[in-house]
Amino acid sequence: MPRLSQESRQGLTLLSPTLAYALVMLAAPLAMVVMFSFWTQDYLDLDKTFTLANYREAWTQPIFQVLMWRSLKISLIVTTTTVILAFPIAYYLSFHVRSRKALWLFLITVPFWTSYLLRVFLWKVILGYNGVLNSALMNLGIIDEPLTFILYNANAVVLTLAHAWAPFAILPIFIALEKIDRSLLEAAEDLGDGPLRRFWRITLPLAMPGVVAATLIVLIPTVGDYITPKLVGGTDGLMVANMIQIQFGKANNAPLGAALAVSSMIVVATISIGIYFAGKKFGGKVK
Amino acid sequence: MRGIGKFISSKWLVVYAVAYMLFLYAPVILLPLFAFNDATIVAFPLSGFTTKWFDLLWTTDALHGAVRNSAFVALSTATISTLLGACAARSAANYSFPGQKGVMGFIMLPLVLPEIIVAVALLVMLMQLGMSLSLWTVIAGHVLICTPFSIAILSSAFAGMESSLEEASLDLGETRWGTFRRVTLPLIMPGVISSLLITFTISLDEFIISFFLTGTDVTLPVYIWSQLRFPSKLPSVMALGTILLAVSVALLIVAEVFRRRATRRQGMDAGSTQGLV
Amino acid sequence: MADAAPIIEIKDVTKSFGSVTALKGVNANIREGEFFSLLGPSGCGKTTLLRLIAGFEQVTGGTIVIGGKPMKDIPANQRPTNMVFQSYAIFPHLNVAENVGYGLVRKKMGKAAMTKEVDEALAMVDLGGYGERKAHELSGGQRQRVALARALVMRPKVILLDEPLSALDKKLRDQMQHELRSLQKSLGITFILVTHDQEEALIMSDRIAVIFDGTIAQLATPEELYRRPATRKVASFIGVMNFLDASATGGGDTPYQLTIPALGKVNIDAAQAPAGLSAADITVVGVRPEMFTILDEDTGSFEHEVQGTVTSTDYYGDMTYYTVALPGASDPVTISMRNTAGRAVARDGAKVTVGWGADSIVLLE
Repeated sequence: MPRLSQESRQGLTLLSPTLAYALVMLAAPLAMVVMFSFWTQDYLDLDKTFTLANYREAWTQPIFQVLMWRSLKISLIVTTTTVILAFPIAYYLSFHVRSRKALWLFLITVPFWTSYLLRVFLWKVILGYNGVLNSALMNLGIIDEPLTFILYNANAVVLTLAHAWAPFAILPIFIALEKIDRSLLEAAEDLGDGPLRRFWRITLPLAMPGVVAATLIVLIPTVGDYITPKLVGGTDGLMVANMIQIQFGKANNAPLGAALAVSSMIVVATISIGIYFAGKKFGGKVK
Repeated sequence: MRGIGKFISSKWLVVYAVAYMLFLYAPVILLPLFAFNDATIVAFPLSGFTTKWFDLLWTTDALHGAVRNSAFVALSTATISTLLGACAARSAANYSFPGQKGVMGFIMLPLVLPEIIVAVALLVMLMQLGMSLSLWTVIAGHVLICTPFSIAILSSAFAGMESSLEEASLDLGETRWGTFRRVTLPLIMPGVISSLLITFTISLDEFIISFFLTGTDVTLPVYIWSQLRFPSKLPSVMALGTILLAVSVALLIVAEVFRRRATRRQGMDAGSTQGLV
Repeated sequence: MADAAPIIEIKDVTKSFGSVTALKGVNANIREGEFFSLLGPSGCGKTTLLRLIAGFEQVTGGTIVIGGKPMKDIPANQRPTNMVFQSYAIFPHLNVAENVGYGLVRKKMGKAAMTKEVDEALAMVDLGGYGERKAHELSGGQRQRVALARALVMRPKVILLDEPLSALDKKLRDQMQHELRSLQKSLGITFILVTHDQEEALIMSDRIAVIFDGTIAQLATPEELYRRPATRKVASFIGVMNFLDASATGGGDTPYQLTIPALGKVNIDAAQAPAGLSAADITVVGVRPEMFTILDEDTGSFEHEVQGTVTSTDYYGDMTYYTVALPGASDPVTISMRNTAGRAVARDGAKVTVGWGADSIVLLE
């Protein structure tokens, strides 16, 4: 009799097709990327001798350092902005909307189903020199000439990404807020807490798992975003994903691209773990 | 709860919520506006109503090829990822085994992994194996990122189904297969349909993986990307985007209707929001 | 009844889930046509035993024989048992008639015959004309009846009921207890009921197996169980019991000579004790609250009498529960008295005379 119970074996058998797919199409490729990052591109051939040269280059070349820092900075700003903007909406949905919650959620997710490409492109239309925003402001007489600081730079990237990831921030926070037992809030009020104290001492700590989830769900993919910097970022707004793409494409240096990809994954994973534990601590301490 | 807290914040929250929705919908509203605008430049002021950009779409052969490719990719992705998702969701909902959390977490990983990483990793592997890029390589990538969504949807369908229903069926003399056919399948059917529709929609819209893994046959988003470089093509891209938006929203509404029917069938509160995420 | 053949034989059945042992060697014979209850606190293994009989779980050791046939490797769908689930498990996508006819579909009978069977089963549970209703349109009590009809229509040898009444409110529960009992008597099918409600088990059963920690603590008729509980644990689980310190000599063929500090000395017939009880093992005896009588001028004298002081009273309308301190007892005893016509309720602090009889003393293992 093997160590696994009959139930365990049935569960694993049922899971095996999905697991096998994930192993072949995800684990194996990721392992291969790591392997690649230790090799060298020699024109059309790959030199398979182990080397750390790619990492040395990825971590010391100023261009890569700048891109990595910028990616992180933009992602963190985007994440903070998105989560802070999303929290009141999730709070409003959970605590003030009574009968039409599902409809509100649906309306929030609809814009998200427009092609991502087109959404980003439309922000370009809105923010452009002759764009919607500038023409509107000029017609209203608020400005005399078009604003230029709103497109082809990091600001545009932040705004566009904050828009693109909004539903991903709202939903986890909303779910966490929904799970809060309303009698806890009444108990806090009964024990003398005003609305602000009650929010700070009860609502926010209990919503923390949702906030952490929202933060991670937005942060991780935005670090690797490719389209937004390319379309609205200009040269000041390019991020590490664009460089990875260049290495795999035009530059024909896949090993360096792989080293950049692995490096950024490590950085993002480290930050994510930090955020996860910080959130746990805040949620746990006040509870 | 309805006392002081509401008095202070309710009004401002409504104002904020409306402003936020405007922000969310700003780009989406522009899409049909420019699709019907009689001008080649995508900018204000609008110059008049026209449907010529839509007419143009009917005569663009490259577009038709891309639509066919995307339909093929999205249909295959939806079918495969829903099948894989159903196996995993059933396993997660009804069985437990050591290390289950870790294994499920790994399968759900593509949900949070930057798409560029997934795309690059698959590209590296395909290059190493010497396989040529085709629509099938795109499908392989799409299945990877769609399966977690399918699992999330079907998990709530399986979890919502009381396990004693299947036991009752066996107890009444029905076989395992008969139980699946007469009890399990009818009860999770709305979840299955909802999963098919959502994964179809995701695949239809996906760009980065398609961009990296596509061969000579391009999908719709890759086609659109290539068109964005030519200002003269922009109005017809807007028209195309409008159609895509309409199709996506229609599919989502159908998916939502089925999800609600599923919860109602299982005797739960149809207005509940679970399963949406 | 006592001679009826066993329909189910449970022999040395053990069941483990990983490192947790749910049943540790259970033996019992369930007779054809009896109403048998598995009674115990939650987690005692009673539901596990029922699920082993149904075939949803496989025994770790021992055998279960149903109708003379060992059930090893026979799956649930081939066993001559049908279950009424705690949650009722009414198929939500089917209407009432389709639910009841669910198992008949496999039997390949004609459509007309099936309709007839379903209608009869529904009539049996007073749901005639409800066939077209959807599951979600039914009340809790109606769901319970559908679940029962769905099992009855299969004409099983045994019907298994897993806490079928626990979701119903008190009034409906009382009514369903009565109905289930009379239905079982009129059909003559063996019913096995799992319950944690001792009152329910006493009312409905022919015999009860009390289960603690995966073993049967006592298997007896309701009356035996109440009057002669075998252990202190069974005694306190079923009804209310006063436990009094005691010591004894004798036993075996001779009467037990008991010394009970609270009550005095008394001789008890050996037939009143659990088999094989040694006098040296007796440290405590039990007395039910209603076996004591607080004497007043209308009550005659008793075989044994003892003086006490009322320390508190709980008035229940039809009954009054007194807490009475007895001089020799370490703890006060509880005494229940029916509030019959003309009987005055004793006040706190009142000195009372308490009467009792030798046959009310329960000897415990």
